[in-house]
Amino acid sequence: MAATNASKEQKYDRQLRLWGDHGQEALENAHVCLINATATGTEILKNLVLPGIGAFTIVDGHTVSGEDVGNKAQAATELLQELNSDVSGNYVEESPDKLLDNDPEFFHRFTVVIGVHLPESTCLRLGSVLWSASVPFLVCKTYGLIGYMRLVVQEHTVIESHPDNALEDLRLDQPFAEFKNHIQSYDLDSMAKKDHSHTPWVIVVAKYLAKWLSEHNSQPPKNYKEKEAFRQFIREGILKNENGVPEDEENFEEAIKNVNTALNPTKVPNSVEDLFNSEQCNNITSQSLSFWVMLRAVKDFVHKEGNGSLPVRGTIPDMIADSQKFINLQNVYREKAMQDAAAVSKHVECLLQSVGKPPESISEKDIKLFCKNASFLRVVRCRSLAEEYSVDSVNKDEITSCMDNPDSEMVFYLMLRAVDRFYQQHSRYPGVYNYQVEDDISKLKLCVNSLLQEYSLNVNIKDDYIHEFCRYGAAEPHTVAAFLGGSAAQEAIKIISHQFVPFSNTFIYNAMSQTSATLQL
Amino acid sequence: MNLLLFSLFREKKRRRVVELTEKMVVDGGTCEWEGRWNHVKKFLERSGPFTHPDFEPSTESLQFMLETCKILVIGAGGLGCELLKDLALSSFRNIHVVDMDTIDVSNLNRQFLFRPKDIGRPKADVAADFINSRIPGCCVVPHFKKIQDLDETFYRQFHIIVCGLDSIVARRWMNGMLLSLLVYEDGVLDPGSIIPLIDGGTEGFKGNARVILPGMTACIDCTLELYPPQVNFPMCTIASMPRLPEHCIEYVRMLLWPKETPFGGRKSLGLIIIKFDMRLTRPLLTNGVVLDGDDPEHIQWVYQRSLERAAEFNITGVTYRLTQGVVKRIIPAVASTNAVIAAACATEVFKIASSAYISLNNYMVFNDVDGLYTYTFEAERKENCSACSQVPVDLHFSPSSKLQEVLDYLTESASLQMKSPAITASVEGKNKTLYLQSVASIEQRTRPNLSKTLKELGLTDRQELAVADVTTPQTMLFRLSFTS
Repeated sequence: MAATNASKEQKYDRQLRLWGDHGQEALENAHVCLINATATGTEILKNLVLPGIGAFTIVDGHTVSGEDVGNKAQAATELLQELNSDVSGNYVEESPDKLLDNDPEFFHRFTVVIGVHLPESTCLRLGSVLWSASVPFLVCKTYGLIGYMRLVVQEHTVIESHPDNALEDLRLDQPFAEFKNHIQSYDLDSMAKKDHSHTPWVIVVAKYLAKWLSEHNSQPPKNYKEKEAFRQFIREGILKNENGVPEDEENFEEAIKNVNTALNPTKVPNSVEDLFNSEQCNNITSQSLSFWVMLRAVKDFVHKEGNGSLPVRGTIPDMIADSQKFINLQNVYREKAMQDAAAVSKHVECLLQSVGKPPESISEKDIKLFCKNASFLRVVRCRSLAEEYSVDSVNKDEITSCMDNPDSEMVFYLMLRAVDRFYQQHSRYPGVYNYQVEDDISKLKLCVNSLLQEYSLNVNIKDDYIHEFCRYGAAEPHTVAAFLGGSAAQEAIKIISHQFVPFSNTFIYNAMSQTSATLQL
Repeated sequence: MNLLLFSLFREKKRRRVVELTEKMVVDGGTCEWEGRWNHVKKFLERSGPFTHPDFEPSTESLQFMLETCKILVIGAGGLGCELLKDLALSSFRNIHVVDMDTIDVSNLNRQFLFRPKDIGRPKADVAADFINSRIPGCCVVPHFKKIQDLDETFYRQFHIIVCGLDSIVARRWMNGMLLSLLVYEDGVLDPGSIIPLIDGGTEGFKGNARVILPGMTACIDCTLELYPPQVNFPMCTIASMPRLPEHCIEYVRMLLWPKETPFGGRKSLGLIIIKFDMRLTRPLLTNGVVLDGDDPEHIQWVYQRSLERAAEFNITGVTYRLTQGVVKRIIPAVASTNAVIAAACATEVFKIASSAYISLNNYMVFNDVDGLYTYTFEAERKENCSACSQVPVDLHFSPSSKLQEVLDYLTESASLQMKSPAITASVEGKNKTLYLQSVASIEQRTRPNLSKTLKELGLTDRQELAVADVTTPQTMLFRLSFTS
């Protein structure tokens, strides 16, 4: 029985508060492919089924040994399906290699492909197919106490990155006309106490800043000394009672506290400037994604109506004030934001027309959302696996500089590569059986050395790590699989929803020390 | 589909799941099956270069984990469900779980041991049933209780306790309980009395996992400042100067609801009795129905009135979802963060139980808003920690300070953050309750003491005050230190 919208709203309430109805919609339209239903694979999928992805397909050619209950793929599909009746699950009892041989386009239908415990050759083959088809690929592995993830996506745009600590967009250094007028409507010197104490701090700072500028040759406070003087200047504006004792004016205290951030110059963040300078922004075609069309429109706005600044965000933080003063101030910013968004809209229309697309291709709603998030736009680009693995383009610098510390998480990446090599040579992993451990240490060491030699990596890998990786015997402890399961699932959700920022491009988790690192390979 | 067919379908599905579970194999073999614990044995039976200095590979360790080791899981919610599963799949079989809650539909997006049919049932019971029926050999014992309903005899039986709580008060209580179990002989801590506490917490995309060795490492109270007190909106904002939609909702919840007492409240001849305590998050209603955040009718009422309030002040943004969020103080939650933090905690349980590796020392934070970020550090013990330092905390007040000031300090100081402390002291040889809030008659009787000075109450310099509070199972001792 399919759930009604009301009960889905209730069930998903806690996560809707994070990614909204539109994020949930993206999830429900997604079809995820999991290759290999190992403990890690099923954990990842569980954390995607629970929040309600539309569909999943498990590809696994392994059988459940000694039993004829159907294979692993089927068993896992049924158990996972049971977790959430909103989700539809399928399975394909086939190895990914066979599928790549016979029907590589099978993988084109997926929103994201998650490959777990793939041997190197399969991984590279699949990586190449998915790269050409622009299907995001997430490679995951649990090996002993080490978790590994690699994201392979050519270009992933994020409008709603939801940064933890966003700076406010108050424009105190460059007040726009309507803001200036609004400030002018206040006369602090002639206000009754009640109004004086309930004037928003933004107005207070704006007023005192205007005075300061007129007395300092239009130069705002720049260094610590000047900012201190400015704070003192505001403090002196606090009303005093008949005995000359300063009254309790919390709004003025707020103003003083916020001087530092209030004086931050309004500028286009470097990350956004970089996006403005990118090829996709400057070369808009009929194939361009909406993201780039809107970005270009914002760039054009910045150079024209924006006078060097992004469209006004339109939100202000809460502050001590009476309702009317606050709402009026908020409306000044809101209206300016709407105006700016409308101007950006015009640019969008022009651009769309210039490439022969109808203006309705990008909605007002999307443009408004884009403008509101203009400071926080992010684009993630990962190198292909081919580039990572090729001797010509291996990222030697990253590897050698990390390995200056021989205990950095980079050593685990190198060990995983060495272990892959071992598997290629011996058709098994090192140390799976107790009697193998001792001998495999020297065999694994040979693999390590050949790896380092092939890539001309002048780094030292301590014997302890080689011993440890033989000790692991390709074990997949459940707690490490579960850690990776949660991590990978959330990265997949980021890719699907285009909200929050995915990692780039390699993540290593060390359960021994409970540390992790993100590497660029 | 008629009812009979539907129930047959359900039964077939259930049997299929049981069949699959019974036949599910790990690493080759069949039931209690050979190879079942291979992934665990590699860490228990093989030596390695990074193991704990005390570690000795042994084939008996697995037996200990399976048969002897007793783990207590506190909470069967987002973290608890994950913990139970992770522990059961890591060879722990003797597990107890405590949870006082019942299952709600909003739990189902992450608390995967529960199904729609379980809504309303106790979490502990359903979680235990699920694990016991799906993981052969595992024996989870549920306790549908508050942690405070269980005593030291109960807690003492466990080797390791792992918490997946959603309340700082509960954490502090658990912390206090384990501290009270410590045995000191001639001032030396008996290591056998230490029960390691592994604590996990999550909120949206953030989480943390920490290892506490009571009496040895930083405890919950040592790092209380890491949890800043919850900020409530000032009363004057709510009452007369709303600016945000949240202010409008709080107005309806705190002021309008007690005044209008909808859904069957009784008004006593126009006199509405509301008691207000700024420190509490809800008014003490002495007449009328208490607002129930889980009742959609109640929330709908609050929502409508909030819209009216907002319209009065030209405030936009009041939605049903926001209303519910504010009234219930909802914290957003997803499956992934809970999976990560529970996994980290379960790894630590394994390390400590097996001595295979040195455990986390001692605090890890996790955040996957932007990429994946972890930070691991050693939280330090606080020298004068009110919970674990064993030294009575000094309270510095002048003899002319009012008792109210002492009360305020106990609740407002970042290092104490008590909720509703009850203060007793020995005055002229007799044990006197100076102030107690939780029993109405005693509160009324002792309320005048709040405006009396410490001197007037007969208190002397260097005397001990005993304070009881929900944040600790034991009475906390303070020493009054008079300033001039």
